[in-house]
Amino acid sequence: MAYRYVSCETIESELANAIKYITFTPDPELPALLKNALANETGEISKDILNCMLKNIELAPKIEIPLCQDTGTLVVFAEIGNQCIIEGPPLPEIINETLIKVSKELYLRPSIVKDPLLQRENTGNNAPAIVHISIIKGDTIKLQIDQKGGGAENMSRLQMFTPSASSEDIKNFVVETVTLAGGNACPPLIIGIGIGGNFETCALLAKKAILRPLSKKNPLKEYAVLEQEILESVNATGIGVQGLGGKTNALAVHILTAPCHIASLPVAVNLQCHSHRHIEIII
Amino acid sequence: MKIYRYTLPLCPADISQLNISDKVLLSGCLFTARDAAHKRMVEIIQRGEKLPLDLAETTLFYCGPSPARPGNVCGAIGPTTSSRMDVYTPILIQNGLRVMIGKGERSLEVQKAIMDFGAVYFIMSGGISAYLSQHIVSCETFLWQELGPEAIYKLWVKDIPVYVHSK
Repeated sequence: MAYRYVSCETIESELANAIKYITFTPDPELPALLKNALANETGEISKDILNCMLKNIELAPKIEIPLCQDTGTLVVFAEIGNQCIIEGPPLPEIINETLIKVSKELYLRPSIVKDPLLQRENTGNNAPAIVHISIIKGDTIKLQIDQKGGGAENMSRLQMFTPSASSEDIKNFVVETVTLAGGNACPPLIIGIGIGGNFETCALLAKKAILRPLSKKNPLKEYAVLEQEILESVNATGIGVQGLGGKTNALAVHILTAPCHIASLPVAVNLQCHSHRHIEIII
Repeated sequence: MKIYRYTLPLCPADISQLNISDKVLLSGCLFTARDAAHKRMVEIIQRGEKLPLDLAETTLFYCGPSPARPGNVCGAIGPTTSSRMDVYTPILIQNGLRVMIGKGERSLEVQKAIMDFGAVYFIMSGGISAYLSQHIVSCETFLWQELGPEAIYKLWVKDIPVYVHSK
């Protein structure tokens, strides 16, 4: 088997560029969705804020001030080809070193504490990132990079349903989740829903679902229909932009599924705020 | 939607003129405080000591700014979720606080304290930091620098947009 060698410098440089890009530029399809929401919105405050969001997206890369002061936890889904050898330290170390360097260069807010319960002392450099590694066939490295803010993450939920649960039950759970979240999650939202797997897998599916391109439909028709139904129900709550009333509570709903145990039907809902900052790079 | 311009600190007459959902452009001085600063303020009050800031004159902004680049007035600035401060807010209101800015809903206890004491809670939109930076005149660390982004910063703002949530 032929192996491809990738230097840690290559990964560092590609990753640093990616983090810099998403700090100032959101998902490329987000502005069109916000404009569409603005055209359909009737809530005065929601319209006013949607306009500010569009201005913010235009301004951030020009003046190099982050889209949001919460540049979040850096989450990386790494798919490493089985014919690819990384020369240098293990990938999580490369990612953390790059994150520390970039946080300093870009003056990012340090938003990570060392211990979640005791002292809560800030690490001062945004490390560690949260890294999920899987091995795939091939000789490339795919990195899905996500800057995930704390407000929307805090309002995410998981429930271990059982097989008698219906699509309607799942829909109600999602609507309940966004209702409880209100303005805390910084709507309009992108809603990631993980269905299946087990306790930890459905949470990962929900996070990964958020990263699906916004214009890409779910490949399974039944789930595409369910996504649309959930989106309509969520927007019918009247919560609106930032919880201040209107038709725009979510811009997209993405479902990702996995096989699961005969006794189970795990469901996780991961909320993404409108500051949807992610990118995929292939090395 | 009615739009008003006010200079901080707000007096009781200013607050009484406001209605829910009004848009207000605020100018003047804001003090940032997040979870850690709130915890310290409440501990000081509970020990019977004097706070290093006069709550009656203070507009509290739930915010942890990012550091400014050299030559810039400020870094990225925006509200954090207010409900995390709910456990501390009633005691601050009882000790003079009248004006708060953040995002999201408040607990029933906080809403009651807001009504009982004639306070006001404004919502500012999250996730528009570059836009808001255009309304920041200056930003300096005021207290507890060791808390990093959770320190209390003093911000001078000009026409920063907020919406009346409860009063």
